[in-house]
Amino acid sequence: MTGHEALDRLRSAAAAVGRPMAFMEVCGTHTVQAFRCGLHSLMPGNVRLISGPGCPVCVTSQGDIDMLIELARRPGVTLCTYGDMLRVTGTDGNLEEARTMGADVRVVYCSLEAVKLAGAEATREVVFAGVGFETTTPATAAAALEAERLGLRNFSVLVSHKRILPAMRALLESGQVKVDGFLCPGHVAVITGYATFAPIVRRYGLSCVVAGFEGAQIAMGMARLVELVRDGQPALENLYPQVVTRWGNRRAQNLMRRVFRPVGARWRGLGSIVDSGLAFRSRYARFDAQRRYELTPVESAEPPGCRCGDVITGRCTPAECKLFGAACTPVCPIGPCMVSSEGTCQAWFKYRRQDKAGVPAGAGSN
Amino acid sequence: MDKSKHIVLAHGGGGQLTDELIANTLLPRLGNETLGQLLDSSIVPGTAERMAMTIDSYVVRPLFFPGGDIGRLAVCGTVNDLAVCGAEPLGLALSLIMAEGLEREVLESAMNSVREAADEAGVKVITGDTKVVGRGQADGMYITTAGVGSVREGLRLHPDQIRAGDKLIISGTIADHGLAVMLAREMPEVQSVLRSDVAPLNRMIGRLLDKVSGVVFMRDPTRGGLACVAADIAGRTGLHVVLDEGRIPIRAETRHAADMLGLEVLEVASEGKVVVVVRPEAAEAALGALREDEHGRDARIIGQVEDTRDGLCELQTVLGGRRIMLKPYGEQLSRIC
Repeated sequence: MTGHEALDRLRSAAAAVGRPMAFMEVCGTHTVQAFRCGLHSLMPGNVRLISGPGCPVCVTSQGDIDMLIELARRPGVTLCTYGDMLRVTGTDGNLEEARTMGADVRVVYCSLEAVKLAGAEATREVVFAGVGFETTTPATAAAALEAERLGLRNFSVLVSHKRILPAMRALLESGQVKVDGFLCPGHVAVITGYATFAPIVRRYGLSCVVAGFEGAQIAMGMARLVELVRDGQPALENLYPQVVTRWGNRRAQNLMRRVFRPVGARWRGLGSIVDSGLAFRSRYARFDAQRRYELTPVESAEPPGCRCGDVITGRCTPAECKLFGAACTPVCPIGPCMVSSEGTCQAWFKYRRQDKAGVPAGAGSN
Repeated sequence: MDKSKHIVLAHGGGGQLTDELIANTLLPRLGNETLGQLLDSSIVPGTAERMAMTIDSYVVRPLFFPGGDIGRLAVCGTVNDLAVCGAEPLGLALSLIMAEGLEREVLESAMNSVREAADEAGVKVITGDTKVVGRGQADGMYITTAGVGSVREGLRLHPDQIRAGDKLIISGTIADHGLAVMLAREMPEVQSVLRSDVAPLNRMIGRLLDKVSGVVFMRDPTRGGLACVAADIAGRTGLHVVLDEGRIPIRAETRHAADMLGLEVLEVASEGKVVVVVRPEAAEAALGALREDEHGRDARIIGQVEDTRDGLCELQTVLGGRRIMLKPYGEQLSRIC
C-alpha cells in the first residue's frame, strides 16, 4: 500500500467517525519520522497524533542525568554514552561542557565499544551510560556478559534503562491523558514481540497498532487505528511483520532477564512507576556503577518553567510551553525534549515551527 | 543565543553554532565589507583582475577513508570554494601541521593524493609551510589550504541575485562523503560499498558557466549538507525555498548508513557536489551542461525559490506533506535507537 492510499483510507475513516480523536505514539523514532514526512500537515482535522514517553533521553529523570555528569567529572573515569545524552542539561551543566572542561566523555554507537575500550585502557575506569528502552537494553546486557567473560574489573554501567509497557499503563491509570489508541513502537516490538501490548487492548479497550517507520507505514498505522475506532472493535495489529513477530526476539529477552531484574524507576513527567526500570541482578552487581561509585540518586528539581514532563505525557504541546522557541531552542536547550533529536520539542521546532497554534492534548478525547 | 563559555565541537559543525561564533565573536572583531559577505571565497579588494581568495582547514578522521583521503580533500575543498564563486583556481598554498611520530609513509601517501587531485583540477601548489608539534598536541596531521583564483569577467554570484521563481539544482547524489567517513570512523568493522564523492568541480562548473547564463548563485553542500545550503539561501534572501524530497538523489547505501547511524541524510556533507541556483528559463540548459560532466551525471532540479517572504526552507515530502528544514545545529549526534 502506498502512502497516498493509506492517507485516503485514513481520511475516509476519520470522516466516518466524525468526532475528534487523539492517538499516541510511544517511540522517539515515530515522533521524528512523523514530523520528517510531514504527516501532521496531512492529517484529517479531527485526528491528532500526540507524542508519549517514547524518547529515552527525554524520560530519563533529572537525578539520573546529574549522576552521569557527576561521574563523568571524576578523575580516572571515562564515560561512554550514546550521542543524544551529550547535551542534556543537569542541575549543573551537561556532558558536552564537562568534556570541554577535560572530562573524558566518549560517544559510542554500541555498548560493546565501551567494553572494548575498558579492555584496551586498563588504567581507566570505563562507565557506560545505559539508556534506552527494550531496544538498547539487550546490548547493555550483552556488554556486561562480555565484560564478565573478559574478566574486566574496570567496566561498569550506570543503568537508566526503562520498560515501555509499565509507562503506558501508568499514563492510562493516571487518567490525565485520554487517547483513542496507541501507535506502537516497531523497534521495541522487535525485541518484546507485539503480544506485549495485548494488556492495553484487553484492559483499557484501546487499539494498539505496531507500525514501521517509513512515512507510508506510519500513515497506514494511523489509518488502521482510526478504522478500528470506526468499527468499534479495539484490536492489536501488527503492520510491521517484516521484522516484528508475536513473541519477539527470545534470545534478546533471555539476555535481558539473565542480567537485569525489573525495579521501580523515576520517569520525567510520570514520577515513579513500579517495575518500569531495570537493575543488575545480584550476580552482576559488580557492574553496577551506582553501587561501585556509591552514588545516591537525588530527586533533583527539573529546570524551572520546563514542561518536558507534560510534553512527553501528551498533556501539552511544545508550543504551549513558555520556554519553547524563546529561551529553549536546539542551540540552547533547557529541557531534554529539545536536546534529543528524538525529542518532541526539537522535532516540533525543526519541522513545524510555523505552527503557533498548539492544541491541548486530550481535547480530542472521548 | 549561544551562551557557552567554551568552544565545543559543534562550533565547528558548519551549522547554527558556527554562525553564532562568526557573528558574535569573529565579525565584531575582524569584520569588514568583504569578510562580512560570508561567501565561500572573497574578491580581494583592490585587485583589477577580480582575484578571489579562500582558505579552509582539513581535520578529517580517519586520514584515509573509502573514496579519498585528507590530501585529496584538502585540494578539492579549496578548489570547490573558489569554483562556486565563479573563480578558476590559479594556485594553492598548503600548510601542514604534523604531530611528532607521524609515519612518513602516511605523509607521502597524503601528498601523492594532493598532487593527483591538483592535477585533476589543473592547479598547482605554489607555496606552503610545514610545522611539527609534540606528540599529543595534535592528532596525526592537519592541512590548511588557501587558494587564489580569477573570477570571470562580468560574473557576480551572490545570494542577493536570487529571486522568486529561480530553480535549485543539485549536481548529483548527496551525503556520500560524510557517511563514508563517519562509517569508516564509527563502525570500521562494517563493510560498505559507500565511497566519498570528494572531487574537484572547477571543470564542471567552468563548462556550466561557459554554456549557460542565468546562474545566480552556487554553493557546495559540505558541512551541514543540503539542508544547510537550502536554509541558508532562504535565510539570506528572506524568500521561501521549497525542496522536493522525492527528487533529491540519494544512494540507497547512503540512506541506509544514515539510518543506521541515526543521522539526517539531508544534513550530511558532500565534497563533490554543488547546489546551483539558476533562472527558471536556464534550468534545463544548466542541467544539460552539468550532466555532460562525470561529476554531474545525476544532476536534478530539486526545488525552487518562492515569493513568500518568510526566509524559511520547506521540504515537500514523498508522502505529500510539508515540513520546515532548518540549518543544523552543529555536531551530529547519533540517536539511541
